[in-house]
Amino acid sequence: MDLIWDGITEAVRLIFSGDKEVAEIVFLTLRVSGAATVLATVIGVPLGAVLGVWQFRGRGLLISIVNTGMGAPPVVVGLVVMIMLWRSGVLGGLNILYTPWAMVFAQALIALPIVIGFSMAAIAGIDPAFRQQMLALGASKSQALYVMVLEARLAILAAVMAGFGAVISEVGAVMMVGGNIKGETRVLTTATVLESSRGEFGTAIALGAILLMLAFVVIATLTIVQQRARIR
Amino acid sequence: MSESPTVELIDVKVWKNRRLILDVPALNLPAGETFSVIGPNGAGKTTLLRIISLLDRPQSGQVFHDGEMINSGRDTLKRRRQLAMVMQNPLLRNASVWENVLTGHRFRHTPREVASNKVGEWLERLGISHLADRNARRLSGGEAQRVNMARGLVLEPDMLLLDEPFNGLDQPTRLGLMDDLWQILQEIQTTTVLVTHDRAEAQALSSRVAVMLDGKVEQIGDPEAVFTAPDTEEIANFVGVENILAGEVIESGDGLTTAAVGEGVITLDGQYLPGEELLLGISPEAVVIEDPSGLGSTASVRNRISGVVSRVFEMGAQARVVVDCGFPLVSLISGGSAEDLRLSPGVQVVASFKASAVHVIRNGEASESTTDRP
Repeated sequence: MDLIWDGITEAVRLIFSGDKEVAEIVFLTLRVSGAATVLATVIGVPLGAVLGVWQFRGRGLLISIVNTGMGAPPVVVGLVVMIMLWRSGVLGGLNILYTPWAMVFAQALIALPIVIGFSMAAIAGIDPAFRQQMLALGASKSQALYVMVLEARLAILAAVMAGFGAVISEVGAVMMVGGNIKGETRVLTTATVLESSRGEFGTAIALGAILLMLAFVVIATLTIVQQRARIR
Repeated sequence: MSESPTVELIDVKVWKNRRLILDVPALNLPAGETFSVIGPNGAGKTTLLRIISLLDRPQSGQVFHDGEMINSGRDTLKRRRQLAMVMQNPLLRNASVWENVLTGHRFRHTPREVASNKVGEWLERLGISHLADRNARRLSGGEAQRVNMARGLVLEPDMLLLDEPFNGLDQPTRLGLMDDLWQILQEIQTTTVLVTHDRAEAQALSSRVAVMLDGKVEQIGDPEAVFTAPDTEEIANFVGVENILAGEVIESGDGLTTAAVGEGVITLDGQYLPGEELLLGISPEAVVIEDPSGLGSTASVRNRISGVVSRVFEMGAQARVVVDCGFPLVSLISGGSAEDLRLSPGVQVVASFKASAVHVIRNGEASESTTDRP
């Protein structure tokens, strides 16, 4: 019990003392997970829309791949990205292994199937006649798709939240491709793991609490946006 | 507005699950006319509309718009943007009414000011200006249908396609909207194709009617002709000519023919050979029911047949009365008259109708079955 109590007091102290190292970790976490989510959204929403609406050869296979990807263990994704980014790997020339870029890349890859999968379900939930009506009003195929994305915007926002939630709480991939280098690639999850393995439970609990708060603030903001956008 | 197009379909066929659901050897829609397609559910009306509107392509056959065959995807989009189709269910966007009506212009990249003016104008014309800022998902059925129509009309298309636009509306709302649409169609003079299963809508709004049954256009003509003189028994059945009677000519002369029908006799216009088999159609609206004691206003009418009421169906302002005249005769009269005559099963009445109200659906040699085609 003492351990936990000490941890909590240490957490409060760390949070309110404005510790420079903690602040750096928080900002990096937000930047990496935020960038990964944006990347996954920009690529994933259109792909999800196409998969949800258009019929084409190989669609079933793609959907299976996406569904599998939604449940892919982050550590496996991390491993694959690491192999790709190795000097001898296919993307070795980029020379970004153990940098925040590698972490963004890996996290985007984790969030992507989640964003695609949820977007696809959101768009597929719209009455097919709605698309027909848009075409009947003179929409091109891509315009019809765009209107459908707008129509499913609330559910798509949920897809984005799910993607963000998955990557900000993920530790395996960032650890592997970032290396948890102090001041460079250390984020909240990897720092928490490190501190607890060193027996610094106070710091670990503080970092965990900050992570939880961060996730809460971001998701709560998105939820408020979502609720406001409901039918007025 | 640019000049209205002519649409021509040649040998158009559409199959679904190996079943032929649309088979139109030839169909021509002249510019400026309001053309109705009526038929029961599943007759292929909507399929036809989707082919005309270029939303679907037929598996075989050709579709011409303005004399040009529409082939490539690019042609299709260009052409589609000169048309506007309003579908059965007003599937409106989760946005304001204004934004909904603006949608088609957004697709066409119409300059903002031009589009805004048009949206304003059409909201006004459809009487929904006051709803402009309202979310379209918060409208009543009638309001939503007006928005649905406004977003088609606002495009000021060369051709307007309406798929059951009054479906699911209550009667007063439906009549109000029908009145307004009629007015608008008179004003804009745009080629219009209206798909409906309701005969009254077709009659009220269109200058030409096509009856579709089972994927085929069975008869095309002005509404009057189609509804009073259907070509076949199936069409007669659909358009509500409920009295379809098999008769045999007794005698013919002076442009009048008498035929035995069941246990009774009917007089009709025209010359036929004695012994000839006839299939006769009489619209229920054309049959007047009277008290047998009074002379009534129909004393000069050729067919005055005594009978006994066998059934009365009250249908709001109207009553459908079945009279046994030696053959069953259906009459559609006002609910008021039915009450005045105290009609109920067993009451003696006189049913009368003009010789000209009897339409010969088919004549010729005696045939085994009444459903054979001529």
